[in-house]
Amino acid sequence: MRHTHILLAHGSGGSMMHDLIRELFLPAFDNPLLQQSNDQAVFDPQTKRLAFTTDSYVVQPLFFPGGCIGDLAVHGTINDLAVGGAVPIGLSAGFIIEEGLEVEILQRIVDAMKLAADNAGVPIVTGDTKVVERGACDKLFINTSGIGVIADGVNIDGANARDGDVVLLSGCIGEHGVAVMSERKGIRFSTPVVTDSKALHRLVQRMLDVCSDIHVMRDPTRGGVASTLNEIASQSGVGIEIDEASLPITPEVQGACDLLGLDPLYLANEGALIAIVPAVHSDALLAAMRETPEGVNARMIGTVLSDTPGLVRMRTGIGGTRIVNMLSGEILPRIC
Amino acid sequence: MNLLTAFRDSTRAAPLIERIRRRDTGPVSLMEFCGGHTVAIFRGGIRTVMPEHVRMLSGPGCPVCVTSNADLDRAIALAKTPNVVLTTYGDMLKVPGSRESLAQIKALGTPVEIVYSTIDALRLAQNYPDKQIVFFAIGFETTAPAAAAAVIQARNWGLRNFSMCSVMKLTIPGAQALLRMGEVKVNGILGPGHVSSIIGAEAWRFLPEEHGVPVVISGFETLDILAAIDALLAMIEGGKADLINEYRRIVKPEGNRKAWNTVRNVFDVVSSSWRGFGEIPASGLRLRREWEEFDADKRFEITVYPSDEHPACRCGEVLRGVLEAPDCTVFGTACTPEHPLGPCMVSSEGSCAAYYHFHQSARLRINNSKRS
Repeated sequence: MRHTHILLAHGSGGSMMHDLIRELFLPAFDNPLLQQSNDQAVFDPQTKRLAFTTDSYVVQPLFFPGGCIGDLAVHGTINDLAVGGAVPIGLSAGFIIEEGLEVEILQRIVDAMKLAADNAGVPIVTGDTKVVERGACDKLFINTSGIGVIADGVNIDGANARDGDVVLLSGCIGEHGVAVMSERKGIRFSTPVVTDSKALHRLVQRMLDVCSDIHVMRDPTRGGVASTLNEIASQSGVGIEIDEASLPITPEVQGACDLLGLDPLYLANEGALIAIVPAVHSDALLAAMRETPEGVNARMIGTVLSDTPGLVRMRTGIGGTRIVNMLSGEILPRIC
Repeated sequence: MNLLTAFRDSTRAAPLIERIRRRDTGPVSLMEFCGGHTVAIFRGGIRTVMPEHVRMLSGPGCPVCVTSNADLDRAIALAKTPNVVLTTYGDMLKVPGSRESLAQIKALGTPVEIVYSTIDALRLAQNYPDKQIVFFAIGFETTAPAAAAAVIQARNWGLRNFSMCSVMKLTIPGAQALLRMGEVKVNGILGPGHVSSIIGAEAWRFLPEEHGVPVVISGFETLDILAAIDALLAMIEGGKADLINEYRRIVKPEGNRKAWNTVRNVFDVVSSSWRGFGEIPASGLRLRREWEEFDADKRFEITVYPSDEHPACRCGEVLRGVLEAPDCTVFGTACTPEHPLGPCMVSSEGSCAAYYHFHQSARLRINNSKRS
């Protein structure tokens, strides 16, 4: 690339756009489907059931401890497929770039996407680039969509939680939220909290190997564990009780939350999943999860109940009870 | 085990709760005066482990909630003044004023910025010399020193585009007003922790001495609060009324003199209007004459229309402790965190919000009333 900054002409559809694609995107995302340079990627799926998902990434700042918008955009869409029990087979990537963005920054982000896609073994097979006037977007927005295939017999659905099921959580919570928040606010901790952003499809397949009868699976991203559990309770028409003492929260995240007046239950995670499974399979599932790098901190955090449908409650550290509500509005700092 | 985990050690809670249950006090009502305590009590599930004869009440301890609609309307009018950027703490944004909230005017393009501290507001003033940065100062004695420091810093830095609209309030006159009204019988008071770190534990001695009500200054961890409740019940059981400081790791008898002197150097104590209480003499902080160059009310000409409150909103009674949030007819139905009719449902320290977010039977009541 001879240019140091993205210009409007890089999104024109003309020669400069082709230069950008040929010199920056193609070398990074190189794969046979992309090399065909057609308007679409063509698949020949060997299955009857497909999963399809899309997500847009507008995180600010673009870089934060442990990651950036690029690997986040790859992990996030892979995880949305994975928690449906799907094996991801291809991603799309759409870039909306504000004119004036340094090419070097775009390159670093694209490199991070490539690394994330390579590590996950999921190719980026089609893409799109648009450049908009200064002020029309904030530096860079990325949309990724993904397709995955689902094996026969897998039926994971938010409405499937049943009385007596147990709630499993694959890892520590709140890390992504604290990492982004601390970067945004310019707060430095002596032990930096880094994002948990990672692809979870291998963990999910390992879990399905052990038990194909997983009832519900979700990744608790925006709104956190609290909001995800509320969605499930409402979709399945059940109550859920979690145990405060069982929640995996690192001292660093807890300390940052105490300082900023945040509740880790409402902070975004980008590398954790919640699974609701029949109680008889929970021990085997937990053992299998803990053998994977993505699930070493997996644990059981609660149970599904038939009473109080639609409500999530918590057994507090002192043995009391309280409601765990869905996130309402934005997360705001405390004032005194 | 560090300090924080020690105060969250659940194994220490059980014996404390057992002791609380065995205290032979007869039916008692305990009130917390601090919004931080309200939230901590609900979040920790403390009400759910109390014996039936111990009733917990929330008082006027949420600074956002006690801000009158007239003052909020004034802030909204200031925000709409050309070239002004209004800054304030995030909790204030969603509170409905007489006609609209700060969040609503912000969504329509009026510049309103959430700040974490007064320093953020000063930085905005430095970075945008062509804009007038107005800080809408709400809060009690805890937030006042930072507000005072900001005004001093603004003068040191020669900032001519920074000013402050202060509706800050003092907790002692608020507590006195509540007790004098005599609407609600309070047998013991959980004294505010952070406020007392500034004004000192001794500032609350009037409660036992003048009103015969025991007070325990408490921290904010679940164990702090349980220990404070136990100490209150022990005094009630023994027929004593005294002042106990449970939060000694933070609160000194005399408080933080330096911080409080700074406040007094910058602000005059004036009459202030409280939601639910009306005008309380000597209960507010206004910039002193020698600092009035930073007084937004003096710097800008604004027109404020007569204020009113939603006719169905009973936040005033909630703040006086005479109405429990779930007994309000609009609680959780016409008034929710998404569509609040008053501040107590939307401030993070509001008592209605605490009931709505944390209290199981209050929520089940809403669900049942919606079904029937």
